[in-house]
Amino acid sequence: MYYLWVFLIGGFVCMLGQVLIIYTNITSARILVTFVIIGVVLEAFGIFDPISEFARAGINVPIIGFGASLAKGAISAVRSKGLIGAFTGGLEATAGGIAAAILFAFIFSLIFKSKTKN
Amino acid sequence: MDKYMDAKKRNEAYNKYVKAKIPKTKAWPSLFNSFLVGGIICCIGQGINDLILLWFPNMAEQTAWAYTLIVLIFIASFLTGIGVYDKIGKFAGGGSIVPITGFSNSITSPALEFKHEGIIYGICVKMFTVAGPVIVSGVVASFIVGVIYLFI
Repeated sequence: MYYLWVFLIGGFVCMLGQVLIIYTNITSARILVTFVIIGVVLEAFGIFDPISEFARAGINVPIIGFGASLAKGAISAVRSKGLIGAFTGGLEATAGGIAAAILFAFIFSLIFKSKTKN
Repeated sequence: MDKYMDAKKRNEAYNKYVKAKIPKTKAWPSLFNSFLVGGIICCIGQGINDLILLWFPNMAEQTAWAYTLIVLIFIASFLTGIGVYDKIGKFAGGGSIVPITGFSNSITSPALEFKHEGIIYGICVKMFTVAGPVIVSGVVASFIVGVIYLFI
C-alpha cells in the first residue's frame, strides 16, 4: 500500500521539476542543483526524515535524497569527529552513488556509440 | 543614432522570431507525463530496495538505500548507452531529470557524446559538465550545514 505514497510523492516532486522547466526554461543542470540544495536544506532543518518515513523511495530516489544524505553525512561526521567531519562527511555518505555514476558512465561510454551523432 | 535604433529594432524582431520558433511544451500533458514517469521510477526504486532487504534482512537501512541508488544509476546509465533514456526524457521532461536516474543520465550522456574527442578530453572531462555543478553545490552546501551544526 505504501507504493501509492511512493508514487504520489515521487511523482509530485518530479512534477515540480517540470513546473520549473515550463515557467523558467531552466536547464537540467540548474534543476539538479536546485533540488540538491533543497535536499540539503530539508535535512538541515530536520524535515527530511519525517517525510522519508512515509514517502520512502518517493523522496529518496529524487535527487533531493542525494542532497539530504550529503547533509546527513556532514552532520553526523561533525558530531563524531568535529570540524574535519564538515569536510569529509558529505562526500563519504554519497561516495557510493557518485562512484557508481562515474564508473558506469565510463564503462558504457566506452562500449556504446552516441545515438545523437550521425 | 539611426544605426543604433535599427539594431535595436532588428534585435526586437529577431527575439520575436525566436520566441515564435521555440517549441512550446504543452503545460498540462507534460506535467502529467512527468508525474507519471517520476512516480514510476520512484516505485521501481522502492521495489529494488524491498528486494534487497528481502534477500539481505540484516542489512542496515542506509546501506540498502546506497545499493538501491547504485542499481538505479546502473540501469539509467545502461539505458542512456543504448539510447532509450533520451526517448523517455523526451516524453517525461522533469520526470526523467529529477530522480537519481537523471543524475546518472547527465553524466553518461555527455561522456558518450564527446567520446570522439578521446578518452581523457572527451569522456573524462565532459562527463562532469552537468554533474560537476551538482557535486560542487552539494559539497559546499553540506559543508556549510556541517559547520553550522558544529556550533549548535
